[in-house]
Amino acid sequence: MRAFSSRNLLLLALAGTLASCVTINIYFPAAAAEKAADKIIDEVWQLKKSEQKPADPAASQPTLK
Amino acid sequence: MNRFTTFFALLIALISPIAATAAADLEINTPAIGALKNSMQQRHGALAPYYASGALGLARDGMLAVREASAIPLSERQKVNGLVAEENRDRSALYREIARGNSHPEWEDEVRSTFAGRWIDKAQSGWWVQMPNGSWSKK
Repeated sequence: MRAFSSRNLLLLALAGTLASCVTINIYFPAAAAEKAADKIIDEVWQLKKSEQKPADPAASQPTLK
Repeated sequence: MNRFTTFFALLIALISPIAATAAADLEINTPAIGALKNSMQQRHGALAPYYASGALGLARDGMLAVREASAIPLSERQKVNGLVAEENRDRSALYREIARGNSHPEWEDEVRSTFAGRWIDKAQSGWWVQMPNGSWSKK
Protein backbone atom coordinates (compact mmCIF):
# COMPACT_ATOMS: atom_id res chain seq x y z
CA MET A 1 0.00 0.00 0.00
CA ARG A 2 2.78 2.33 0.91
CA ALA A 3 4.67 1.57 -2.26
CA PHE A 4 1.54 2.11 -4.32
CA SER A 5 0.78 5.57 -2.97
CA SER A 6 4.43 6.51 -3.38
CA ARG A 7 4.18 5.72 -7.05
CA ASN A 8 1.01 7.74 -7.32
CA LEU A 9 2.65 10.72 -5.74
CA LEU A 10 5.60 10.42 -8.02
CA LEU A 11 3.31 10.38 -11.04
CA LEU A 12 1.52 13.43 -9.71
CA ALA A 13 4.83 15.22 -9.22
CA LEU A 14 5.89 14.36 -12.74
CA ALA A 15 2.61 15.55 -14.18
CA GLY A 16 2.91 18.78 -12.22
CA THR A 17 6.43 19.38 -13.40
CA LEU A 18 5.47 18.72 -17.00
CA ALA A 19 2.55 21.08 -16.70
CA SER A 20 4.78 23.81 -15.34
CA CYS A 21 7.21 23.36 -18.22
CA VAL A 22 4.39 23.78 -20.69
CA THR A 23 3.16 26.85 -18.84
CA ILE A 24 6.60 28.46 -19.08
CA ASN A 25 6.59 28.03 -22.83
CA ILE A 26 3.09 29.27 -23.51
CA TYR A 27 3.86 32.79 -22.37
CA PHE A 28 6.02 34.96 -24.54
CA PRO A 29 9.44 35.35 -22.88
CA ALA A 30 9.65 39.13 -23.11
CA ALA A 31 13.00 39.52 -21.36
CA ALA A 32 14.63 36.82 -23.47
CA ALA A 33 13.19 38.38 -26.60
CA GLU A 34 14.66 41.78 -25.70
CA LYS A 35 18.02 40.18 -25.14
CA ALA A 36 17.82 38.40 -28.48
CA ALA A 37 16.73 41.60 -30.23
CA ASP A 38 19.61 43.55 -28.70
CA LYS A 39 22.10 40.95 -29.84
CA ILE A 40 20.81 40.94 -33.39
CA ILE A 41 20.53 44.73 -33.63
CA ASP A 42 24.07 45.13 -32.30
CA GLU A 43 25.29 42.89 -35.08
CA VAL A 44 23.20 44.42 -37.84
CA TRP A 45 24.18 47.96 -36.87
CA GLN A 46 27.67 46.85 -35.79
CA LEU A 47 27.34 48.66 -32.49
CA LYS A 48 29.83 46.45 -30.67
CA LYS A 49 32.67 45.90 -33.08
CA SER A 50 35.16 45.11 -30.31
CA GLU A 51 33.08 42.12 -29.33
CA GLN A 52 33.35 40.47 -32.73
CA LYS A 53 37.01 41.00 -33.57
CA PRO A 54 39.13 39.57 -30.72
CA ALA A 55 38.58 36.32 -28.82
CA ASP A 56 39.02 34.16 -31.90
CA PRO A 57 42.82 33.79 -31.93
CA ALA A 58 42.94 33.02 -28.21
CA ALA A 59 40.00 30.67 -28.38
CA SER A 60 41.45 28.68 -31.26
CA GLN A 61 44.57 27.79 -29.28
CA PRO A 62 43.71 24.87 -27.06
CA THR A 63 47.12 24.45 -25.39
CA LEU A 64 47.85 26.01 -22.03
CA LYS A 65 51.55 26.62 -22.60
CA MET B 1 5.70 11.14 4.07
CA ASN B 2 9.24 12.27 4.57
CA ARG B 3 10.33 10.11 1.73
CA PHE B 4 7.85 11.79 -0.61
CA THR B 5 8.98 15.21 0.39
CA THR B 6 12.58 14.28 -0.29
CA PHE B 7 11.63 12.74 -3.59
CA PHE B 8 9.66 15.78 -4.63
CA ALA B 9 12.41 18.17 -3.60
CA LEU B 10 14.93 16.12 -5.51
CA LEU B 11 12.72 16.07 -8.59
CA ILE B 12 12.24 19.83 -8.49
CA ALA B 13 15.93 20.38 -7.91
CA LEU B 14 16.69 18.24 -10.96
CA ILE B 15 14.12 19.75 -13.28
CA SER B 16 14.01 23.43 -12.39
CA PRO B 17 17.47 24.29 -13.82
CA ILE B 18 16.41 22.76 -17.13
CA ALA B 19 13.21 24.80 -17.14
CA ALA B 20 15.11 27.94 -16.15
CA THR B 21 17.61 27.48 -18.97
CA ALA B 22 14.85 26.93 -21.48
CA ALA B 23 13.18 30.15 -20.41
CA ALA B 24 16.35 32.26 -20.25
CA ASP B 25 17.22 32.49 -23.93
CA LEU B 26 15.59 32.53 -27.30
CA GLU B 27 17.15 30.51 -30.08
CA ILE B 28 18.62 32.95 -32.60
CA ASN B 29 21.35 30.81 -34.11
CA THR B 30 19.39 29.07 -36.84
CA PRO B 31 20.79 29.26 -40.39
CA ALA B 32 17.77 31.27 -41.56
CA ILE B 33 18.22 33.90 -38.85
CA GLY B 34 21.97 34.05 -39.52
CA ALA B 35 21.41 34.65 -43.23
CA LEU B 36 18.87 37.43 -42.58
CA LYS B 37 21.19 39.06 -40.08
CA ASN B 38 24.06 39.06 -42.59
CA SER B 39 21.89 40.43 -45.33
CA MET B 40 20.66 43.26 -43.09
CA GLN B 41 24.15 43.99 -41.84
CA GLN B 42 25.43 44.36 -45.38
CA ARG B 43 22.55 46.63 -46.34
CA HIS B 44 23.01 48.86 -43.34
CA GLY B 45 25.96 50.75 -44.80
CA ALA B 46 23.81 51.85 -47.73
CA LEU B 47 20.90 52.86 -45.51
CA ALA B 48 22.80 54.69 -42.77
CA PRO B 49 23.17 58.04 -44.60
CA TYR B 50 19.41 58.18 -45.07
CA TYR B 51 18.76 57.52 -41.40
CA ALA B 52 21.05 60.43 -40.64
CA SER B 53 19.41 62.77 -43.15
CA GLY B 54 15.97 62.04 -41.74
CA ALA B 55 14.71 60.53 -44.98
CA LEU B 56 14.21 57.19 -43.27
CA GLY B 57 12.85 56.52 -39.84
CA LEU B 58 12.34 53.58 -37.53
CA ALA B 59 8.64 52.89 -37.41
CA ARG B 60 6.69 51.79 -34.39
CA ASP B 61 5.75 48.53 -36.11
CA GLY B 62 9.33 47.26 -36.29
CA MET B 63 9.75 48.29 -39.92
CA LEU B 64 11.77 50.89 -41.73
CA ALA B 65 9.78 53.75 -43.20
CA VAL B 66 10.41 56.42 -45.81
CA ARG B 67 9.55 59.30 -43.55
CA GLU B 68 10.58 62.23 -45.73
CA ALA B 69 11.00 61.30 -49.38
CA SER B 70 11.90 64.89 -50.27
CA ALA B 71 15.12 64.50 -48.26
CA ILE B 72 16.30 61.96 -50.83
CA PRO B 73 17.74 63.35 -54.06
CA LEU B 74 15.41 62.44 -56.90
CA SER B 75 18.04 60.34 -58.63
CA GLU B 76 18.44 58.14 -55.54
CA ARG B 77 14.81 57.68 -54.61
CA GLN B 78 14.21 54.56 -56.59
CA LYS B 79 17.31 52.92 -55.18
CA VAL B 80 16.38 53.87 -51.61
CA ASN B 81 12.81 52.65 -52.04
CA GLY B 82 14.21 49.34 -53.23
CA LEU B 83 16.55 49.10 -50.25
CA VAL B 84 13.73 49.88 -47.83
CA ALA B 85 11.51 47.23 -49.41
CA GLU B 86 14.31 44.66 -49.16
CA GLU B 87 15.05 45.64 -45.57
CA ASN B 88 11.43 45.30 -44.58
CA ARG B 89 11.19 41.94 -46.26
CA ASP B 90 14.19 40.79 -44.25
CA ARG B 91 12.78 42.24 -41.04
CA SER B 92 9.44 40.48 -41.45
CA ALA B 93 11.24 37.25 -42.24
CA LEU B 94 13.50 37.73 -39.22
CA TYR B 95 10.56 38.13 -36.82
CA ARG B 96 8.87 35.12 -38.36
CA GLU B 97 12.02 32.99 -38.23
CA ILE B 98 12.72 33.84 -34.60
CA ALA B 99 9.19 32.81 -33.65
CA ARG B 100 9.42 29.64 -35.73
CA GLY B 101 12.95 28.86 -34.58
CA ASN B 102 11.61 28.76 -31.04
CA SER B 103 8.70 26.52 -32.01
CA HIS B 104 6.13 29.25 -31.42
CA PRO B 105 5.08 30.78 -34.74
CA GLU B 106 2.34 32.62 -32.85
CA TRP B 107 5.02 34.71 -31.12
CA GLU B 108 5.77 36.55 -34.37
CA ASP B 109 3.81 39.69 -33.49
CA GLU B 110 5.34 39.89 -30.05
CA VAL B 111 8.81 39.41 -31.49
CA ARG B 112 8.03 42.21 -33.92
CA SER B 113 6.89 44.62 -31.23
CA THR B 114 9.89 43.74 -29.07
CA PHE B 115 12.17 44.55 -31.99
CA ALA B 116 10.27 47.74 -32.75
CA GLY B 117 11.07 49.02 -29.28
CA ARG B 118 14.69 47.94 -29.41
CA TRP B 119 15.43 49.42 -32.86
CA ILE B 120 14.04 52.72 -31.60
CA ASP B 121 15.91 52.54 -28.30
CA LYS B 122 19.20 51.80 -29.99
CA ALA B 123 18.84 54.32 -32.81
CA GLN B 124 21.64 56.85 -32.97
CA SER B 125 20.98 60.42 -32.00
CA GLY B 126 19.84 62.40 -35.00
CA TRP B 127 17.82 59.49 -36.36
CA TRP B 128 14.06 59.68 -36.58
CA VAL B 129 11.84 57.29 -34.67
CA GLN B 130 8.10 56.89 -34.51
CA MET B 131 6.28 57.41 -31.23
CA PRO B 132 3.52 55.04 -30.09
CA ASN B 133 0.95 57.67 -31.15
CA GLY B 134 2.32 57.66 -34.70
CA SER B 135 4.15 60.99 -34.64
CA TRP B 136 7.83 61.18 -35.56
CA SER B 137 10.56 62.44 -33.32
CA LYS B 138 14.25 63.08 -33.79
CA LYS B 139 16.48 61.38 -31.26
